[in-house]
Amino acid sequence: MGKVFCVALVIITLVSVYPIFAHTWWPPPTISTTGPNVDHQMDETLIGTGVLFISSQLILAGFVWAYSGAKKKIKFWPGGATPVVAFGIIIVGIEILSLTFVGSKAWAAMYMAPPDEHALHIDAQAEQFAFFFRYPGPDGVFGPIHPDKISDGNGNYFGLDPEHDVAARDDIVVGSLAIPVNTPILLTLHSKDMIHNFYVPELRLQQDMVPGLDIPMHFTATTIGKYEIVCTQLCGLGHYSMRAFMEVMSQPDYDTWLKQQSGD
Amino acid sequence: MSDASAQPEVHHLAPPTGFIRKHVFSLDHKVIGLQYYGLALAAVFIGMVLSWLFRIHLGWATAAIPGLQLFSPNGAPGGLITPEYYLSLLTMHGTIMVFFVLTNAPFAGFGNYFLPIQIGAEDMAFPRFNMMSFWTTFAAFLVMMAAFFVHDGPPISGWTAYATLSSIGKDAGPGEAMGQNLWAVSIALFCIGQLLGSLNFIATTLDLRTKGMTLSRMPISTWAWFITACIGLLAFADLLPACILLILDRTAGTSFFNPAGMVVSDNLQPHSGGSPLLWQHLFWFFGHPEVYIAIIPAFGIVAHILPTFMRKPLLGGMRVLIGCLIAAGFLSYMVWGHHMFVSGMNPYSAILFSVPTLIITIPFTVSTLIFLGSIYGANLRFTSASLFSLGFISVFISGGISGFFLAQPSLDTYLHATYFVVAHFHFVMAVAAIFGIFAGTYFWMPKMIGRMMNEGLGKLHFWLTFIGVYCIFMPMHYLGLAGNVRRYSAFTDNYLIPLIPVHKFITIAALLTGAAQFIFFYNLIHTRWWGVQAPDNPWDATTLEWSTTSPPPFDNFGGRHLVVRQDPYEYSVEGAATDFIMQTATDTIAKH
Repeated sequence: MGKVFCVALVIITLVSVYPIFAHTWWPPPTISTTGPNVDHQMDETLIGTGVLFISSQLILAGFVWAYSGAKKKIKFWPGGATPVVAFGIIIVGIEILSLTFVGSKAWAAMYMAPPDEHALHIDAQAEQFAFFFRYPGPDGVFGPIHPDKISDGNGNYFGLDPEHDVAARDDIVVGSLAIPVNTPILLTLHSKDMIHNFYVPELRLQQDMVPGLDIPMHFTATTIGKYEIVCTQLCGLGHYSMRAFMEVMSQPDYDTWLKQQSGD
Repeated sequence: MSDASAQPEVHHLAPPTGFIRKHVFSLDHKVIGLQYYGLALAAVFIGMVLSWLFRIHLGWATAAIPGLQLFSPNGAPGGLITPEYYLSLLTMHGTIMVFFVLTNAPFAGFGNYFLPIQIGAEDMAFPRFNMMSFWTTFAAFLVMMAAFFVHDGPPISGWTAYATLSSIGKDAGPGEAMGQNLWAVSIALFCIGQLLGSLNFIATTLDLRTKGMTLSRMPISTWAWFITACIGLLAFADLLPACILLILDRTAGTSFFNPAGMVVSDNLQPHSGGSPLLWQHLFWFFGHPEVYIAIIPAFGIVAHILPTFMRKPLLGGMRVLIGCLIAAGFLSYMVWGHHMFVSGMNPYSAILFSVPTLIITIPFTVSTLIFLGSIYGANLRFTSASLFSLGFISVFISGGISGFFLAQPSLDTYLHATYFVVAHFHFVMAVAAIFGIFAGTYFWMPKMIGRMMNEGLGKLHFWLTFIGVYCIFMPMHYLGLAGNVRRYSAFTDNYLIPLIPVHKFITIAALLTGAAQFIFFYNLIHTRWWGVQAPDNPWDATTLEWSTTSPPPFDNFGGRHLVVRQDPYEYSVEGAATDFIMQTATDTIAKH
């Protein structure tokens, strides 16, 4: 029985790690300036944990094979528990220290570093089950949000009051996010009902959109293309269908797009 | 056995005579332990069927499940699961499994039955509290089940019940009216039951140990239940008020979790001043320790079983392992924020929560190394119990490894809320704890019901389950790496569509592995009525539960007050007549 256990566990271990080695299912290529840090951190962690996973499963398999059934004399681990405990603390301690130092830098670049002072500021509003985006228009100022004016019925997703707020008059509200390539973007995330989430796998960024909070998030996209923005926070029955697109454009294309929107 | 050193005494409670007192409202910890175990069995069956239903839906979104419309005409018209009913099934699966299975079976079930026996007590410290604890839990279960039968069905907010989806009321969606109320009431009741149980476990361990049963001679399983009770006392004392606040927000117009200015279905909500993050802090302050409430008893059970089938004590005695469990329990209260890296809390706090989360891997790595080092040089005996114990080590390694990823905010920003998380917590919390429950069942059922379980069926059950869980949960890591978001009832996003075949594979594996559990159910039922009579000590084990009859008499030891003279795992001691020395043995033999 010990041999069967050993063989089964070796097969399970090898089959489990094969798709990781082969990159069969893998993150899509990153398109943000901070994404490579995340990927590097992912690789480091995969290597470190891969060694731990394979070696510990194989040691378990090998020991079960070697010490099964036979009425041999009982043996004890040479040196007792102390070296084993020390080994565990040192190995995992080194792993933790290295992951924390490198990983914290990756995290800090995304979430703790201030946004570029010339970043393009866009507002995002989430609701059951859609995203909306707001550009400040030629005046560069967003009109204030009035919750009592928010209405899906008349398309006032941000609760703007152009009649009384001058700044709101030129605000542009659209259902998909268009941004210029290689330009720092500062998104302010709002939600009007549930907790939603702004997740673009290619950006390697994820941030909850919480009612009552205005959460800043900044990034720079480096590759032109169309990417899916999906909601990852359970927000109700249509959660699975809540998505929008993020279109990364060249600067001239973006300028044309913006002009078209203001013209509407 | 040379343990009858005291005069026979009568249990301070007379043995019950009537059916109700004996089998229903029993004060006997053994009956209550079996009641908890039975409740967990019923719950795990329901939880498993729910997972089958939503797994079928995930693999084949347009497939109708014949007959389901009879159970839920609104949720599954024509047998086709609606998106909201998918979320209901998911919510109820998670809730039932985490609370009524993973907390009930390894802690309340086995703990109630064996903690008093392992320390030589005749019952728990507070038998009436004990009965109340079970029946409160049972009431919680009935209230939870009632959610299936209310008009708009069970809640859809997941087992984590995040505000504001859970706190607004019916405007938030189907299931968020009466269904969510029942959920909150049920969990509040469950907390009361667990608080009573935890107090009882702690008092019993500290006060009722028999003569000679010092703390260092307590079996590791009893240590694990004791540590778990200490964790539970804090954790459930946190979740109970959180549920009360949730009920108030939902029914009394308060605003603990609801901020001002929310507009739901074009209705401006009459709230102000609350914070949805408050629920997350309260929930995860309970939720992370809850993982250890599920896993530490399983750890204790496996560490208790392995020496018997290795015929040698654990490496380093029990002290290293006990130290690891205490360290993990302590750290479990400092890491709740790792569930909230992307929640909108201050990003600096992510580092603060990440470090202790990574540090928590140290006690668990050391425990795993202790297990591996203990197997070195053993005389392994293969039974269903030992196979599940060895399987536990493997699945715990698999689940623990993925923790390194999720503990890091810089990776959580990609992996958060993906199937990678589902894979992680199922391996480390669910599958590992279930393996502990199975190991405990095959090991202790002869003592609990006085009959031996069928070993052939037990081993078949192990192999199918062991391979099955890897087929179900390992591919979920790959889905997570590809960015597959969890809690989606259908995969309509362009980048998710190519992943559907993986979901189909997982569904088939889940159905087959689930079907294999009927071997276990059959074995259990067959053993109960037709199993071979169990001897008092079928495994040549050493601890006090094997010093009494199978099953034990009402007062556990037939009026004897045992005196403990040995450490709990004295196997293969040189010079001893047998390769095991009972804890009550008077022999003085050189220790290792």
